[in-house]
Amino acid sequence: MSAHSEAIGRPSGTRRAKDLVFRVAMFVCLGLAIGLLAVLLVDVAVDGAGSLTWDFITSFTSISADQAGIQAALWGTIWLMGVCAVFIVPVGVATAIYLEEYADSTKWWNRLIEVNIQNLAAVPSIVYGILGLAYLVRGPLSLGPVILAGGLTLGLLVLPVVIIAAREAIRAVPPSIREGSMALGATQWQTIWRQVLPAAVPGIATGVILALARAIGETAPLIVVGAATVVAFNPGGLNDFFTALPIQIFDWISRPQTETNDYRPLAAAGILLLMILLVLMNSIAIWLRNRYEQRW
Amino acid sequence: MLAALISVLTTTGIVLSLLEETIVFFGDVPVGDFLFGTDWSPAIQPASFGVLPLVSGTLLISLVAMLVATPLGLGAAIYLAEYARPAVRKTIKPILELLAGVPTIVFGYFALTFFTPEVLRGIFGFNVGIFNGLAGGIIIGFLIIPTVASISEDAMSAVPQSLREGAFGLGAGKLQVTMRVVFPAALSGIVASLVLAMSRAVGETMVVLIASGLVPQWGANLGEAMETMTAYIATTAKGDIATGTIAFKTVFAVGMTLFVITLILNLFSIRFVRKYRQIYE
Repeated sequence: MSAHSEAIGRPSGTRRAKDLVFRVAMFVCLGLAIGLLAVLLVDVAVDGAGSLTWDFITSFTSISADQAGIQAALWGTIWLMGVCAVFIVPVGVATAIYLEEYADSTKWWNRLIEVNIQNLAAVPSIVYGILGLAYLVRGPLSLGPVILAGGLTLGLLVLPVVIIAAREAIRAVPPSIREGSMALGATQWQTIWRQVLPAAVPGIATGVILALARAIGETAPLIVVGAATVVAFNPGGLNDFFTALPIQIFDWISRPQTETNDYRPLAAAGILLLMILLVLMNSIAIWLRNRYEQRW
Repeated sequence: MLAALISVLTTTGIVLSLLEETIVFFGDVPVGDFLFGTDWSPAIQPASFGVLPLVSGTLLISLVAMLVATPLGLGAAIYLAEYARPAVRKTIKPILELLAGVPTIVFGYFALTFFTPEVLRGIFGFNVGIFNGLAGGIIIGFLIIPTVASISEDAMSAVPQSLREGAFGLGAGKLQVTMRVVFPAALSGIVASLVLAMSRAVGETMVVLIASGLVPQWGANLGEAMETMTAYIATTAKGDIATGTIAFKTVFAVGMTLFVITLILNLFSIRFVRKYRQIYE
């Protein structure tokens, strides 16, 4: 059957059948991907729902599974996210301002910075863990396996996400705003600080929340940096040892399971808690985007 | 300006930190033994430091992942870009992004507690171990579907409507337009998405650490435990590892190998997009 004969007259039956089979096959591909997500969520919910109680959230981990809880890990994660946010907001925004407002993109060093950021975004997360271990925990900074080292490692890991989002937000502010401000006698810095940045805040905030949502689930770099698995106190400062939600979950998954001491439901409950936090963060990001999105 | 330097410093820091200890490591172990040795047993005397079992474990599991993710991801992308109504597309895309945002430890838990015992053992019986390469590979495949689907969908949606209309005008059917016009026109984006997905699969840690076991295997038996480079690093480099020991140095040598492999993939992806990107008016 040649394409030539098909071109004249109505499509033949075989061709329509082929079209239909192809269309269904493509739909099945999409269905499988989403179906797996559904199975995964249901599986975790079934395993963990029974263990996700108030006692679970307010207890520390324990050698007996029915008394163990996740309080230290929850506070560890909150501290980590705090350190991470304090690091990525100024550094990410400043990098984005430099690249969008000041940098001359024909200069080789600025192009190097751009390619470099693209590359950093695709470096495996565990390699950041090695960097954190070599330079933050040991070596020049020698912080030890503490909150500050963990938070900074996660910060370096998600920095490209923030930079890319902040650049897009700054680029979306139309040049006329800048020109108007300059025409009224403002300096370039005044223009950026009083006109461009306020207009870009919703976009930047969305990017920061999405970056934190990525950081909150990262496990591998924290393992390498040396997050502890059994911690029976909440961290009280930047220099305290810590555990975090994904680390605690990993610890429970990898413990030997016995009839009387089954940690799997705990791991599933921890995952549920983590997913609830993630959905909350994503909802805030979507709400911010829709509520404050400006049309110029 | 100073802030932008932090990103450059991070890269330099990564390279330097890896390089420093790797060079020290090669003072103890000859480069040839490391790169071409087929026995990885750093903790057993006499110790042997052939990295090939870790590399082959990593590549095999990534290959399985790509066998899953390539058809499913591209299929999903084609459906979304060419067939789905706008309303469907608007609901499905965020769901795919949600799939991309699920922490990988969740996929690891799912692979170990559900996929291996319920699905794989249901099909293959006890030929499949509790820890096996196959489960890790298939689940990582699902994990990277959003990477393939999302970038490929963007590339196909960017193909101008006039190309499709021209093909329809010449009498082509929907299938022909999709496969012979849109797909080739979007090829640079599609290849980039596949390479990026491969790089994610190679660097993925938690799924293989939880579901694929920690036994270095110089062979291709997917039904048994396999160790990847990432899993070795994660089990060896716990916080209490002593600086200067041979185990400490292996972490950096293996990390360097991993970094170089993913860097090559990433650079290839960036170059490919630049070189073959079609510019439509």
